[in-house]
Amino acid sequence: MAHSGREKTLWSIAILIVLLFSMIPVLWIISISLKTPATVTDQSFLPTEFSLENYKSLFTGGISESPFIKPLINSILIASITTFISIVLASFAAYAIARLEFTGRRLILAGALAIAMFPPISTVGPLFDMWRALGLYDTYPGLIIPYLTFSLPLAIYTLVAFFREIPWELEQAAQIDGATPFQAFRKVIVPLAAPGMFTAAILVFIFAWNDFLFAISLTSSDASRTVPAALAFFTGDSQFTQPTGSIAAAAVVVTVPIIIFVLLFQRRIVAGLTAGAVKG
Amino acid sequence: MSEIVLDHVTKRYGDGFEAVKDMSLEIKDGEFMILVGPSGCGKSTALQMIAGLEDVTEGDMKIGGEVVNNVAPKDRDIAMIFQNYALYPHMSVRENMGFALKLAKVDQKEIDEKVENAAKTLDLTEHLDRRPANLSGGQRQRVAMGRAIVRDPQAFLMDEPLSNLDAKLRVQTRTEVSKLQSRLGTTTVYVTHDQTEAMTLGDRVAVMRAGELQQVGTPAELYNEPVNLFVAGFIGSPAMNFTAATISGDSVKLPFADVPLSDELKKALGDDRGDRNVIAGLRPGDFEDASLIDESDGGVSFDTEIDLIESMGSELFAYFTADHDKETVEKAAADSGLDELTGGDSSQMVARLDAASEISRGDTAKLWLDPDKLVLFDPEGGKRIAATD
Repeated sequence: MAHSGREKTLWSIAILIVLLFSMIPVLWIISISLKTPATVTDQSFLPTEFSLENYKSLFTGGISESPFIKPLINSILIASITTFISIVLASFAAYAIARLEFTGRRLILAGALAIAMFPPISTVGPLFDMWRALGLYDTYPGLIIPYLTFSLPLAIYTLVAFFREIPWELEQAAQIDGATPFQAFRKVIVPLAAPGMFTAAILVFIFAWNDFLFAISLTSSDASRTVPAALAFFTGDSQFTQPTGSIAAAAVVVTVPIIIFVLLFQRRIVAGLTAGAVKG
Repeated sequence: MSEIVLDHVTKRYGDGFEAVKDMSLEIKDGEFMILVGPSGCGKSTALQMIAGLEDVTEGDMKIGGEVVNNVAPKDRDIAMIFQNYALYPHMSVRENMGFALKLAKVDQKEIDEKVENAAKTLDLTEHLDRRPANLSGGQRQRVAMGRAIVRDPQAFLMDEPLSNLDAKLRVQTRTEVSKLQSRLGTTTVYVTHDQTEAMTLGDRVAVMRAGELQQVGTPAELYNEPVNLFVAGFIGSPAMNFTAATISGDSVKLPFADVPLSDELKKALGDDRGDRNVIAGLRPGDFEDASLIDESDGGVSFDTEIDLIESMGSELFAYFTADHDKETVEKAAADSGLDELTGGDSSQMVARLDAASEISRGDTAKLWLDPDKLVLFDPEGGKRIAATD
């Protein structure tokens, strides 16, 4: 379909507006993070005095002193573990839902959706009490479990759609070739569903990485506090200074892993991986 | 290598639909058996049951004398070629072909050797390291075959393996499949809806319709001695002509000619035949241009108006109209399931004439037919009227 020049121009303008709208806050945060404490409130878009002081302050003092390093480690570990467990469990569940005929299949899917729709705020209170009683309060599992309940439905939904795309004959061919159902799944289905798995992985990771509500409610110390929650506890150099600069710097730093994650996995999301499986 | 036996096998789905009804079939060791029938006749389901991809609801499925109803596909030692080939898109041709051996934990050196041999046979050597996506349809089909033959299995199961190829390649590949099978001597079950494929490939052909096995026999048996209207109409191209007819004494009254009964038919009908209504069947090849026939050899000639002539170069197809009781014929056709296949006007007859014929469209021409080839069917139920011996 050929676009006329006019159409192209209009599209470019629209894309530019959306880009500006979404990029300006990010650029502003970067700009603030590069300003010196004295010029943080000068309201200019570009920093008048460049300084990396805010970044340095995040990491000075090592794990024990820095308010940022331990939460960053927590964030990376919790989000990664959540993603891993979520994808493994979701791929089994989604495979069963996509492939097997069993009663209650729709119910599981509907149930998963219902859980995903549940407002997290309504579960935080009970979880707080339960976790304290169970000794899960302020621990990694204490955050990973609620993250799983909300990310699993998402991952299952994404993966069911991907598994359904894979021709069933491939699996039958594998079975005839002597594969056990698990071998067929691991050697044929999983490699073909890899783009779906990475898509789901990105979504789950971002969900766990960005969460603030559970992180602030279910943690009390650096033992398991993640970056979004830790940012709220940042303090200025003295009680009279706002920690604006260091919060901005931390915000920039936590964005980096997400960007790396997306770029890394995006390369794996190769369209048309299944092309050639069947006649085409 | 081994025989495959279906012993009163039935496949019933959860909703009560019977895809295969009480099917008994014996496929001998090394035999090339074709399952043929229109779509939805249960032939693919039957194949899937042999493969173990579908459960058998009732009856016994035996491979090599052993009941395999509860044996997983992977333990049946069979290879299958799928209609859409089902090649693993993330593996190279080499890996595709070696996958089964790798799962069987065969030594890598042996795998390589077997794969290369198979590739040589199938002319795939220079494509071994390519991915299926980069191959042509014919090459993919050969990879699918290669994947089957490297394993040296007890049986090959093929589910319409040629239907995705274009017409010319299909004929060529058909010959290759046939040669390969006779060279390997592996028991093969081949499913197709194309009766030409069935007739040219198979040692024996099993015709199915609506889940029921209609007839099993060599291609010649099916062609010359069909058991019912369905088989008669399904086998042969162009299809057999059917027309309403009446038995009267020693002859059959066809709409366009009176044909004397052959001795065989007389025997089949018995002495007390009266004025019986039947469906008469004549293959297009049983007609000829009367001017090209020496009438002293016998046969029946009749005049008819030719509606249309199709020239194939080596032969002519002449279409003419039989002024018969359409309702009887169409009802019998519908009863036997033929209407799904043929459709159109039941009074349209086709005659295959020698290319030397000078008959042209619109002529009133004299055609000849061979009375010995005439077959008769019971209008009720569509069974062929034949002597039981």
